[in-house]
Amino acid sequence: MDKKKTVVEEIDRGLYDIKNKDRYRYKASKGLTSQIVLAISKEKNDPEWMRDFRLRSLEIYNQMPLPTWGPSLHELDMDDIVTYVRPDTEMKGKWQEVPEDIKDTFERLGIPQAERESLAGVGAQYDSEVVYHSVKEELVKQGVVYTDMESALREYEPMIQEYFMKLVTPNDHKFVALHGAVWSGGSFVYVPPGVHVDIPLQSYFRLNSPGAGQFEHTLIIVDKGAKLHFIEGCSAPKYNVTNLHAGCVELYIKEDASLRYSTIENWSRNMLNLNTKRALVEKNGSIEWVSGSFGSKISMLYPRSILKGEGARAEFNGVTFAAGGQVLDTGAAVIHAAPYTSSNINSRSISKGGGVAVYRGAVKVAPNAHHCKSLVSCESLMLDDLSRSDTLPVIDIQNDEVDIGHEAKIGRISEEAIFYLMSRGISEQEAKAMIVRGFAEPIAKELPLEYAVEMNNLINIELEGTIG
Amino acid sequence: MAEKLLAIHGLHAAVEGKEILKGLDLEINKGEVHVIMGPNGSGKSTLVNLIMGHPKYEITAGSIAFEGEDITALKTYERARNGIFLSFQNPEEIPGITVEHLLRTAKNAITGENVKIMAFKKELKQAMETLKIDNTYASRHVNVGFSGGEKKRNEILQMMMLNPQLAMLDETDSGLDIDAVRIVSSGVKHFKNEQNAILIITHNTKILEQLDVDYVHILMNGKILQTGDASLISQINENGFLHLGGETPDSGEVNMLHG
Ligand SMILES: Nc1ncnc2c1ncn2[C@@H]1O[C@H](COP(=O)(O)OP(=O)(O)O)[C@@H](O)[C@H]1O
Ligand SMILES: [Mg+2]
Repeated sequence: MDKKKTVVEEIDRGLYDIKNKDRYRYKASKGLTSQIVLAISKEKNDPEWMRDFRLRSLEIYNQMPLPTWGPSLHELDMDDIVTYVRPDTEMKGKWQEVPEDIKDTFERLGIPQAERESLAGVGAQYDSEVVYHSVKEELVKQGVVYTDMESALREYEPMIQEYFMKLVTPNDHKFVALHGAVWSGGSFVYVPPGVHVDIPLQSYFRLNSPGAGQFEHTLIIVDKGAKLHFIEGCSAPKYNVTNLHAGCVELYIKEDASLRYSTIENWSRNMLNLNTKRALVEKNGSIEWVSGSFGSKISMLYPRSILKGEGARAEFNGVTFAAGGQVLDTGAAVIHAAPYTSSNINSRSISKGGGVAVYRGAVKVAPNAHHCKSLVSCESLMLDDLSRSDTLPVIDIQNDEVDIGHEAKIGRISEEAIFYLMSRGISEQEAKAMIVRGFAEPIAKELPLEYAVEMNNLINIELEGTIG
Repeated sequence: MAEKLLAIHGLHAAVEGKEILKGLDLEINKGEVHVIMGPNGSGKSTLVNLIMGHPKYEITAGSIAFEGEDITALKTYERARNGIFLSFQNPEEIPGITVEHLLRTAKNAITGENVKIMAFKKELKQAMETLKIDNTYASRHVNVGFSGGEKKRNEILQMMMLNPQLAMLDETDSGLDIDAVRIVSSGVKHFKNEQNAILIITHNTKILEQLDVDYVHILMNGKILQTGDASLISQINENGFLHLGGETPDSGEVNMLHG
């Protein structure tokens, strides 16, 4: 058991080693300059407006202070930001060169070979490419667009120009400004009116573009009456050489359309994950977020749903697992900007070994948003006395005709429940794992089966070797 | 000659520094049905929790042997795997884990091999029918939203499925209506054979009607104050515990209030 835990820890060490090597190599360059941004833009063959957009974002980035709330980001060396931005050539290595311990982890998670390779950041000319193409063909017949952001910028330029970073703007905070300046990779999806995409689209098919998975941009437009399930698959410890992730996700859900957006994030333990996700929902449309946050050193992640049209709905189901050395500051925000809108937030967080899991959420009701409903439920489970959990909900209601409910529960794992399961012959470790899995079940059941299995595996790995 | 299953000698035990058991002896052989009666707070639950290995209860002297082996150093799950089972007075709720999943995990753990799914499902269905538990309960979360009676029936379901050598029933009949007690009692009868034994903690006789009770013990003052046959039950029911000369913890408190 201890051995397995070592496997997970060694990933961190390996990543630190590689990162240090990088630091050394780029020691000379300091700060992010317009030259660097222009170089990125040129390399990507940006149209002029995108190049200007990057430069404007850079200006905002340079002026903006770091966030003054939330977890401390002192270890982020903003002077050395260029280290994080430089596309890394070692990413283009071969599967054979991926460290054994990382391969073992993939093995243990039961992730198929093709997926493992793309998850490991290895250029994937493998099966995943084939799968991707066959998926794409099926979708093309229905008029669905599913491609990487760079291609989208070439092939669907007017649409990109209309929507790109209009929902999340560079002015929002320092890391989206950075994103605007240096974004690279990501997915673009457009679902035409009335089309129901039956199979979930999975973004890991696209992780092969260089530098993707770090400042990647996801833009999804689900047109009137259409339906989509998108899975963002950062589903295993990533073999990533740098340690800042500032992705951006923009989701546009038109009238009567619905989108389910599922994510399991399990970044390596040296990663600062500062991701910004937002959805704009029109009349009678719906957004459903399903989110599992496991990895990273620090995460700040609060998907926001803006319910713009009457009768729009938002649902958020999220589970966060913070182990020792991790601060996972996650939650959800909903803005009720129209009458008869509704939201349902359901968050579960688990902390162990000194980990910190914070729920930070907001529900806002605009003055005109009468007859809206919101239910927030957050529960935290602490596995020991070292760990910490907090819930920091903000509720701002500017209309009287609303139905708002909030419940929060913070508790420790029950010794009686562990004893009960052990009295049935179940080992102490498995008993704890069962209780934790049971606690996360309301979220797990929202995930596609293979991801639910993976999430349970992640919980088991987190609990291994630490109990006894 | 009967085979010895459980042997407790000179057991002293404490909870949070307070001594509850003060030299308790108890022997149970295969094929026997034992009943323990005693006033509230006399330490009946403490005794069965100790046998199961609850970490809160501390043994200060004496021994507990199961099949000739001292088990006091064994973990709870090891005791369960050796064949000891406890039907809890207050069964725990385990959100997110279904009854079927718990039973399968437990059965795998106890038998040391993966149960055959079809055979398992069939066995579960039969046991649920015997206990008149609706089929849908297999996929409900363990004890979550169960009524008191449903929780107790779920305990007996687990006993039947895990088939222990020693089943300890801690007030399994308390809070059940007459019909439910009869159902539980028939489940227990179904389970009972010459190779296993049952220790029943109860205040009533209903649950015992379908069983042949071999011994009745009175637990008071931290020991087994008296042991007799089934007729002891009706004596207690008529005269209460006080005439036996022991002091109940509750009467002690009453005296203090008046003194
Ligand atoms: N977990 C516990 N913590 C503190 N005191 C306990 C605990 N369990 C039992 N006790 C005390 O031990 C005594 C015996 O309790 P118990 O064994 O539950 O009695 P019974 O089952 O015979 O009613 C009581 O005084 C009770 O208050
Ligand atoms: Mg009791």
